[in-house]
Amino acid sequence: MDKNIIRLENLIKTYIVGETEVRALRGVSNIVPAGDFVAIMGASGSGKSTLMNIIGCLDKPTDGRYFLDGEDISTLDRNALAGIRNKKIGFVFQSFNLLPRTTALENTELPLIYANVTHKERTARAMASLSAVGLKGREAHRTNQLSGGEQQRVAIARALLNRPRLILADEPTGNLDSKTSDEIMNIFEKLNHEEGISIVMVTHEADIGVRAKRRIHMKDGLIVRED
Amino acid sequence: MNVLRILRVSLRALARNKMRTFLTCLGIIIGVAAVIAMVSIGAGARAAVESRFAAMGTNLISVGGSHRSMGGVQTQTGQYNRLTIEDANAIAKLPSVEAISPSVRSRAQVVYGSKNWNTQIQGTGEAYPLVRKWDVVAGSYFDDSMVRSAAKVCVIGADIQKNLFDEGENPVGKTIRINKVPFLILGVFKAKGESGGFGSRDDMICVPYTTAIKRLQRAENIESIDVSAVSATKTTDAQNEITDLLRSRHRIGEGAEDDFQVRNMAEIAEGAAEATGILTILLGSIASISLLVGGIGIMNIMLVSVTERIREIGIRMSIGARERDILLQFLAEAIVLSLLGGILGIALGVGVSKLLKYISIFSSITTMVSWTSVLLAFLFSGSVGIFFGFYPARKASKLDPIEALRYE
Repeated sequence: MDKNIIRLENLIKTYIVGETEVRALRGVSNIVPAGDFVAIMGASGSGKSTLMNIIGCLDKPTDGRYFLDGEDISTLDRNALAGIRNKKIGFVFQSFNLLPRTTALENTELPLIYANVTHKERTARAMASLSAVGLKGREAHRTNQLSGGEQQRVAIARALLNRPRLILADEPTGNLDSKTSDEIMNIFEKLNHEEGISIVMVTHEADIGVRAKRRIHMKDGLIVRED
Repeated sequence: MNVLRILRVSLRALARNKMRTFLTCLGIIIGVAAVIAMVSIGAGARAAVESRFAAMGTNLISVGGSHRSMGGVQTQTGQYNRLTIEDANAIAKLPSVEAISPSVRSRAQVVYGSKNWNTQIQGTGEAYPLVRKWDVVAGSYFDDSMVRSAAKVCVIGADIQKNLFDEGENPVGKTIRINKVPFLILGVFKAKGESGGFGSRDDMICVPYTTAIKRLQRAENIESIDVSAVSATKTTDAQNEITDLLRSRHRIGEGAEDDFQVRNMAEIAEGAAEATGILTILLGSIASISLLVGGIGIMNIMLVSVTERIREIGIRMSIGARERDILLQFLAEAIVLSLLGGILGIALGVGVSKLLKYISIFSSITTMVSWTSVLLAFLFSGSVGIFFGFYPARKASKLDPIEALRYE
């Protein structure tokens, strides 16, 4: 275990779109200590989603190095990245990304299916995770029977399931009303304070951003300001 | 993911769209059912042929004419024929030979009273019932003296009795006209019944071969000689004796080809079984094409299913599914589809094979469901699932998680 959960060294990401080269990241360096709660802020096209994808091991940088929990991620292949996502990272998305027509319990236990955990242990851990986000008693409800806030809580329960060191939240409150947004942010703060889980969150809403310990502002593929 | 878990996930996915699952299976169901039904018809024909030859006895030998090269031109087998009655009589004296019956065949119109029938006329010797192991149930067979005198007598098959005589009427002692020549009926053969697609063996009339040559065919030579060896184990000895005898009688020099053919029933049966075997392969391959089409149907639906579930694939990948997990998930769905189709197809195919004989126009077809064909069809349908499921599954596993998550 490294004391820095994330270390970014001069990350560059270029996409080729048709014949033009799009430089989404133009040299991003940062360190996120374990237990930190960072909000990445910026307008659309600022490169925050690209950065998020790289931090989430869904994408690889064109150049530069990325250490997650002390491990150099830049050199790993697709399957190794899948393993890292499964063990070390929990994802929470704007559009919840739950499987349709599937119960809350089944959605929650999904990461453990790919971690080869027995059925009994899967159910027990998923139930514990659901009650941690206040969804005890709702485990048999299907995705379409849950409200937006409840769906996002299922997503958080799923993210917590493999006891990750890092939660990545991509506009977690983007589809929620302000009251529900507040509840979700309370859960994040609690996880950060009580469990010491590091959280990196992308948002463009200032009132959500202030709930983090630290804010990174991005523009045109660079970090322009931190506060 | 272990096998059971993969299976459960794919069953759940298939249960979500039952109508589509059923229609996709239908292609495989029809394919597998067709393969099983067709192969069972072929196997049935083969069994019928085998039992027919087995009934004739394993010590039966057939001596026939052979093809001969005339100035380099090969003539049709049996067309050139030098077998004579003297040859037949010489064969009868060989040590391993029990009895012989010269044979001449033709077709003729047979008339009795106001009824008439077209059938095969078999000119034979007096030993025909012994050589062919075929009993006469009413009356008796003609004897040696009748053959020598070319008597106008005959023994009829059970079908002839049925077609020319009223029920309860005794044909023995009646006179029928074969090609306008009156023949006295001496007896009736025991009914042998149908034989898988080869027509009835009871539809024939036996007359002395001498009579057939003189009165019906006006030919000089006999066509073939039926010979029975003294025992089944002596069949090969008898064949060798006949070959040596005929070669010396026909003055065939060392190294020259025989101008006759000596074959025992086992060899003839083998040839016929081979022909039905080819029939089975032919029917089976035609049916396999529908199985192939069913496989393409699976591939098509799996491709649609992958496209519909790109987002699901993205979600699964983001929480740690590896390429292999996604590949196996979709491959399992394809295999479950095809095996489900395979099982239902086996049930349908076996059912059709068993019920075929109750449908009047197919009643003469014997079917035999072979468990090898069932097993093969099952394994084949599984392989179809793997083969046609692999491409869509691989496509799913190679998706980019970021794009898959963004897919609407």
